[in-house]
Amino acid sequence: MAPVKLYGDTMSWNVTRCMVALEEAGADYEIVHIDFDTREHKSPGHLARNPFGQVPAFQDGDLYLWESRAICKHVCRKYKPEMLKAGDLEESAMVDVWLEVEAHQYNAALHPIIFEILISPILGGTCDQKVVDENLEKLKKVPEVYEARLTKCKYLAGDFISLADLNHVSATLCLFATPYASVLDAYPRVKAWWDGLVARPSAQKAATLMKPSV
Amino acid sequence: MAPVKVFGPAMSTNVTRVLVCLEEVGAEYEVVHLDYQAKEHKSPPFGQIPAFQDGDVVLFESRAIARYVLRKYKSADADLLREGNLKEVAMVDVWTEVEAHQYYPAISPVVYECLINPIMRGVPTNQKAVDEALEKFRKVLDIYEARLSKSTYLAGDFLSFADLNHFTYTYYFMATPHAAVFDSYPHVKGWWERIMSRPYVKKLAANMLIKAP
Repeated sequence: MAPVKLYGDTMSWNVTRCMVALEEAGADYEIVHIDFDTREHKSPGHLARNPFGQVPAFQDGDLYLWESRAICKHVCRKYKPEMLKAGDLEESAMVDVWLEVEAHQYNAALHPIIFEILISPILGGTCDQKVVDENLEKLKKVPEVYEARLTKCKYLAGDFISLADLNHVSATLCLFATPYASVLDAYPRVKAWWDGLVARPSAQKAATLMKPSV
Repeated sequence: MAPVKVFGPAMSTNVTRVLVCLEEVGAEYEVVHLDYQAKEHKSPPFGQIPAFQDGDVVLFESRAIARYVLRKYKSADADLLREGNLKEVAMVDVWTEVEAHQYYPAISPVVYECLINPIMRGVPTNQKAVDEALEKFRKVLDIYEARLSKSTYLAGDFLSFADLNHFTYTYYFMATPHAAVFDSYPHVKGWWERIMSRPYVKKLAANMLIKAP
């Protein structure tokens, strides 16, 4: 069986979100670099994989996928369905709840911050501090909810690690490359949860590959 | 079996997302209206609606609630997630993400500026925001047109959760002055007409009225 392919630049937290899932699932995979400098992501070849001209894209045989969270789910379904608690109605619902929270609460506030600080300068722009400040206000409310949740159980979806926890790794690594990781300081359970996640080999590998520049 | 409960106003976009799925699977449900003024909606962790209860199971986040409903009430006639088929479920997941991260950000400013702001909030339409959103939205529709030229629905030749996720905002968009944008995309228009012909649409639409408070 040919290894599955993940297309993108590993500096992208959306690409490494998938890489973490692939590592955790023990999948045989390769990362195919897509070069932003030569606008390869907008080339016909890449548009055939991701019609929105973004990364990541993914290939598993004749199945072509895009959108990092859809790719991560496929990887779990295929190699490690217990990461989604597939087959258990209540537990899979809790995984889904916290997958959505990651996407719509956590990432929604975090993405603009890490984009402005880490990516904007690389693209030749400047960091828009107003955007950073507005989103920091939103982001600050999130760990409070996570702290309450993690008081009740070890991981977000329950006392079991799931894709909901893992989907936080790549972007949170970027948070720690900004001056704003202190938003987590007031929340001991969140910090402990993060310390556990970041120690995992998949997270360590992501950290090495991402080397976000500040 | 007691009816499941959805908490929130029936006209809320994320509540309707859940109701569409409940209707598709023919589940028994009740909508428990939460009073925005009394801040009753601040109860689930992030203080947002919808919230959901099925016996001991309490959920929030509309897409998570919807998936739970589609799984629980799955039948031979109603398999909107396709979790038994690795390729099909992957395509459902892809186009569900596309709705959240590409379609919704382009279409929602038009709905907010043309309907919600002026009617519900007394805030005049920001035409610049509408024009920018429409430009983005047309590029998204280009991609949808290409996709729907190849398959009847987004994930394949079967109606799925991915299509249903588009219902609410598209329905509201059609009530703005910009509905004719869809005329340039015949396959998208055909797809929308197929969704609108689902048997429960009139029932849901009766509650989907954006009106002044």
